[in-house]
Amino acid sequence: MASQTATATDVPVLERETTSVPLTPRELIWRRFRKHRMALLGMIGFVLLMVFIVIGSILVSEEKANVVDPVGRLSPPSEAHWMGTDSTGRDLFARIIHGGQISLLVGIMAVILSVTAGTVIGGVAAYYGGWVDAVLMRFTEAMLSIPSLFLLIVLGKFFGKDVQTIEMFGRTFSGSVAIVILVIGLTSWMVLARIVRANVLSLKEMDYISASKALGANNTQIFFRHLIPNTMGAIIVASTLGLAGAILSEAYVSFLGLGVQPPTASWGNMLTQAQQFIQRGSWWMWVFPSLFIVFTILCINLIGDGLRDAFDPRSSRHL
Amino acid sequence: MWSYLARRAIQAIFTLLIITVLCFILTRLSADPMAQYATSQRMSAEDREALRERLGLNDPLPVQYLKWLGLALQGELGNSFFSKQPVSLMISQRLPNTLILMVTAEIITVSLALVLGILSAVKQYSTVDNIITALSFIGFSMPIFFIALGLMLIFSVQFKEWGLPYLPTGADIWDKKDPVELLKHLILPVSALVIILTAGYARYIRTSMLEVLGLDYVRTARAKGLTSRAVLFKHALRNAALPLVTIIGLDIPFLIGGALVTEQVYAWPGMGRLFWEYAQRGDFPVVLGILLIISTAVVIFTIITDVVYTFVDPRIRLG
Repeated sequence: MASQTATATDVPVLERETTSVPLTPRELIWRRFRKHRMALLGMIGFVLLMVFIVIGSILVSEEKANVVDPVGRLSPPSEAHWMGTDSTGRDLFARIIHGGQISLLVGIMAVILSVTAGTVIGGVAAYYGGWVDAVLMRFTEAMLSIPSLFLLIVLGKFFGKDVQTIEMFGRTFSGSVAIVILVIGLTSWMVLARIVRANVLSLKEMDYISASKALGANNTQIFFRHLIPNTMGAIIVASTLGLAGAILSEAYVSFLGLGVQPPTASWGNMLTQAQQFIQRGSWWMWVFPSLFIVFTILCINLIGDGLRDAFDPRSSRHL
Repeated sequence: MWSYLARRAIQAIFTLLIITVLCFILTRLSADPMAQYATSQRMSAEDREALRERLGLNDPLPVQYLKWLGLALQGELGNSFFSKQPVSLMISQRLPNTLILMVTAEIITVSLALVLGILSAVKQYSTVDNIITALSFIGFSMPIFFIALGLMLIFSVQFKEWGLPYLPTGADIWDKKDPVELLKHLILPVSALVIILTAGYARYIRTSMLEVLGLDYVRTARAKGLTSRAVLFKHALRNAALPLVTIIGLDIPFLIGGALVTEQVYAWPGMGRLFWEYAQRGDFPVVLGILLIISTAVVIFTIITDVVYTFVDPRIRLG
């Protein structure tokens, strides 16, 4: 607990005397997170990225990202095309911005899906126990035994049979975006389910649960009021790291040509083309989308790492 | 011990049953295996129907599953719709290629990660440690095709352009029995895999090494006047390596599946690429066969790893 004594001395004497109210757990967590310099750096990086994408999509229209120009195809970065053009002459800078929107959208939606599934499955398994637990855990184990990329491909094929277009946020998406979200969400809930299960198993033996049962709380109340909020730390950490995983998964499936379908850009499918044209030395098609993927994932991982240390001060502080 | 093994075996059988049902439904329904004949001029509609009937594709799904399972239990995985070859033969042809690639990469990765992990644990918070930590964070956040394409761009494409000795991209035709050619074709994919895999391993080794170095028996060993080399390798490393047994043990079965993306980028004729090629064609016997073999290996190795762990660490008792 060396870090906590250090924080106490950091607080100016006057302030310590006036603020006699003890810190809430949330304030303690925020305080520990703030002390994690790499996590703050990741946070700043992520905010900058968001600003870039939001301001970029206001300045550069989506039409520009999809304009085909056969004459100016495969041109290296220049004043007209800051990041060069791809094999059909589309501007890579514009595609990075709009592809980034898609990649982040896919990541966030997939995480929401997988966190919901993981929490419900893990929680239900632990709370009800018995054969419910046995069946759900065997199912979780089965999903974990299949290499994740193989599972992504099989599910992508399964759901990717008929693809329609969707209108959302004033943009027209290829239906493949929804399928990618579904597929990534359905293949990434397992680890969280196990964490939630382990947490709930130990929590439900605690006295305060017996107390609320004695007070007449029903299962649903106990589950959502007591058990889930107490595993929130684990859930938040897992979903941050899961976001990084989901964006990576999107990049992998789109890279293989199974994910988001062109003309809708995503960082992953921009790299599919890069692979075909790399033999001709068109490095810009490879370098820009890749750098954005690596930067994004790195920032999110750093935030996740900081959150883990903040939520669980007992976990080793070796970064 | 034996009752534990028996319980695990029963669980494993259930897990495998769920895996087969899941994979069968997903692969069988994701595409029509007869699609390649749909436009064939030489085959009339009646012929197609007769073939469907003969292949059992018109049976109810549970019947098809049970038939497939019955044959699979006898080691009979059926024939590919596309190449007409037995699936087991196709897999046995690809497996050695994948193992050459993956085992080489795994051995180099573990050795390199041991060196880096120990180095950064011993010199905690030094410049070396910071650099290794930063690099492993970046490596951890990288999709493998970023590295794979980058290495190809530099060492194959650009080196060729600059007139330097260059490495093959894998797109060429080469004699797979010639050891020199094999080595040349191995360098880039193995390097890509090593760079990505080392990041995770090194971080893991650093953490477990730091934990052990802080323990009392290490201080005792130092106090006895042992050289730091003896303390490090005879005392600390032995215990720090224990968790590594689990990690490697759980990773081994996944090696069989190969590295789908790396094999794809470098046109390496391994299992991952076999899976990807036939998944695209909707050739379900091949896809299903590969999934079954990998996931069976995963389930078995999980049990083996747990048992082996009790031998290397007698403190753990199975119960």
